[in-house]
Amino acid sequence: MDKTVRFRVRLKDNIADVKIMIFHPMETGYRKNKHTAEIIPKHFIHTVKIGHNGKPIMEVHWSRSVSKNPYLNFRVPNAVIGDELSIAWDDNMGESGAGTTTIS
Amino acid sequence: MNLSKKRRAFLNSALALISTLLIPAKGYARWDETAYNEVDIADSIRSIGIRNPGELRDASKNIELSLPEIAENGAIVPIKILSKIPKTERIFVFAEKNPQPLVSDYMFTPDVEPFVASRIKMGETAFVHVIVLADGIFYRTARQVKVTIGGCGEE
Amino acid sequence: MRLLQHLTALIIFIASPQAWSNPEEDRQLFLATFAGNIPDVPISQYIYGSMMLSEDALNQYESIMDFPPFQEMVDQGKKVWETPFKNGQTFANCFGNKGTNVAGTFPYYDTTHEQVVTFEMALNFCLERNGETRMSYVDPETMGALSAYARSLSDGMLMQIEVPNAQALTKYELGKSLYFKRIGQYNLACASCHLTHGGRYFRDELLSPTIGQAVHFPVFRGGERLYTLQMRYQRCMEAVGAVAFESGSETLNNLEFFHSYLSNGLPLQSSVYRR
Repeated sequence: MDKTVRFRVRLKDNIADVKIMIFHPMETGYRKNKHTAEIIPKHFIHTVKIGHNGKPIMEVHWSRSVSKNPYLNFRVPNAVIGDELSIAWDDNMGESGAGTTTIS
Repeated sequence: MNLSKKRRAFLNSALALISTLLIPAKGYARWDETAYNEVDIADSIRSIGIRNPGELRDASKNIELSLPEIAENGAIVPIKILSKIPKTERIFVFAEKNPQPLVSDYMFTPDVEPFVASRIKMGETAFVHVIVLADGIFYRTARQVKVTIGGCGEE
Repeated sequence: MRLLQHLTALIIFIASPQAWSNPEEDRQLFLATFAGNIPDVPISQYIYGSMMLSEDALNQYESIMDFPPFQEMVDQGKKVWETPFKNGQTFANCFGNKGTNVAGTFPYYDTTHEQVVTFEMALNFCLERNGETRMSYVDPETMGALSAYARSLSDGMLMQIEVPNAQALTKYELGKSLYFKRIGQYNLACASCHLTHGGRYFRDELLSPTIGQAVHFPVFRGGERLYTLQMRYQRCMEAVGAVAFESGSETLNNLEFFHSYLSNGLPLQSSVYRR
């Protein structure tokens, strides 16, 4: 469990409206460091896997064109209180992160 | 075949099932670096498995695409997509004039609604193309987003 | 006809910067100008700046604010606010009401030290009084984040700046004269854009009216920074080709004093997204 992922879930009519934010720089590789004038290497999440009670339900592929601290909103039907939602991400530098939440 | 072998075989097939679950279109199980590195919109669209852009069916009425008309800030452009096309498997997003037009690719199982909202970067005024793959057929819609860099803008 | 009245009032107003101001009259005059520029827009909407005139822009604002990408920075500020100093004291102890619902009274005129005190100055005074090192007024990562969290404790409070005496009025006057002073290569005053054209297009920028600007800082403008009001003044001065006054300088403190007074009665919110 790490602090890179933040969830916000709203359950209505058995549909979970899930909003997540992953704290990540999502560097394009085109920006320069203002002080050193050096190019900041590209650094971005390319894959996000989403699970509902351990079962994969959605997979996301991203590019460097996704905004810093990526936001993702999706909807999970057949959801009830107590269900577990999980996400796991991987980036181009081999870093990864994950987070889970329980629907309340 | 003893019990443990049986169990292993079952586990293997279960794992195989899980990994195929997220591969509605052939060959795109993993993040496809080549597709994401294409710099031309036509090549970029071809890279997802569309040989002829003419085969794309217009679905402006069945794909709800919400984007600003004028982006307040090109670094953070909200986008929301809802596909009303039955058996939607994937939603691709392209920003035509970004250095690499393919922005994202969302793969849905039947256990999630064919809806997604996110935020994207746009370097300049351009069309955002959304391509939906449903039941093996590609559909498209597009909208223009104006990106202005005014005197008071930031970054 | 009404427009003519406003113009006449405005001309008298601008032509007589030497006369002693009545801050409340100034505020009413600004309000009248904007009522002419953007009739039918209630003043309560002014907190959204130029976005109040564009549904497209307001939709983006609401979408970003629903799950702000800058929350991480505000959380860093929260951590700084809550971490006790080496002497065991905390920021909360430096403010009345533990820092809740106080920011709307800043900047205030400190009659003892005869100076305008901004909220960010009060944060630095607090550090100093407790034997800690001050933060730079131009550092978004320290002062920007701390101010963002500390001000959020006053969300919803109405701005209530007071000009208690003649000395305070002098500071107010100094801020006001800078507001109307044309500066930089573009030869623009704050007033050229945000009073005269407040609520209108100036080239391709829709300009926010002066009233409502001071209640929503620090701001997030994409990227990775939270800008205090004075950092924003600096960017604006640079944008008109002027050398910016320093954040934390008496000049900008006076400007903030005048500028904030004009937003009296509007609710505070920190932090928000702006273009």
